[in-house]
Amino acid sequence: MFDPILAALPLEEINRLWYALPLVVTISLVYGATRHELPRPIIEHAIRFGLWIITFMGVIFVVLWLLTLGL
Amino acid sequence: MTNDSEAPHPYDPVEIDLRNPLLAAVLAWLWPGAGHLYQRRYGKGALLMVCILITYFFGLAIAEGHVVFVRLKQPHPHYSFLGQIGVGLPAMPAVVQKMFQDTGSGPLFGSQVMAPPRGEVSINQHDELANWHETLGFAFELGTLFTTVAGLLNILAIYDAYAGPVFTIPGAKHGASPPPSD
Repeated sequence: MFDPILAALPLEEINRLWYALPLVVTISLVYGATRHELPRPIIEHAIRFGLWIITFMGVIFVVLWLLTLGL
Repeated sequence: MTNDSEAPHPYDPVEIDLRNPLLAAVLAWLWPGAGHLYQRRYGKGALLMVCILITYFFGLAIAEGHVVFVRLKQPHPHYSFLGQIGVGLPAMPAVVQKMFQDTGSGPLFGSQVMAPPRGEVSINQHDELANWHETLGFAFELGTLFTTVAGLLNILAIYDAYAGPVFTIPGAKHGASPPPSD
C-alpha cells in the first residue's frame, strides 16, 4: 500500500541538506579571513575551502549510501 | 609609472597595525568583528560580524531561543554552551537567565528565551528539555549546531584579532620559499 508519509521522507531528508549550504559559506569565509588580509585572497581561499568541504561531505555521503545498500 | 612586475602579489603578507592586540582580542570576543573594527580592519571586521552573527542568530531563532542555555549538572549537561560562549555578549543572556533561575527570580524580561529548562531534568520523565526536543525536533539540533559553530568560528576571529592572519600561499610546499613579490 502506498504510504505518502514514507514516500515524502527521502525528499524531506534532501531538503534538510540545504541548511548545510549557509554553514559551508560562513565557515569558508571566516576560515579564509583568518588566513589572509586582502579581499581577493580571502574570497579565493573561501571558494577552494568551500569546494573541499562539499567534496568531503559528498564522499562521506557516497560511502554511507553504499554501506546502507547491504542493509 | 608602475608596471605589473612591480605590483605586490595579492598573496604577499600584509603589514598590519594590530594596535593593542589584547584589547582587540577581548573586543573580538565580546562582539564578533569588533576587535577588527578597533584595529581599523573594517572590511574584515564587517565580514566576520555578518557571517558569525547571522549564523548565531539564525540558529537561535530557528530553535525559538531554546538552544543557548547554561546547564552544567547531570543528567544532560549542555556542553554546547562551551562553544556558544565563544560568540561573547550575544550568549551572555543565558548566563543571566541561569543566575535568575538559581536565585528563584523570574526569567529575564519574563521570557524563557535562553533560559535553562525549568524543574527536574530526568531521563525517566517528560521534562521541559524533552518537551523542547519533541516540539522543535530537527530545529533543536540544527539550532544547536549553528550557534555552536558561530561561537567556534569567533574563536578563530579572536586569534586573528590578537595575532593577525596565518598567511598561506597557494601551491607552496613546506620548506619552499614563497614566490617573489616583484
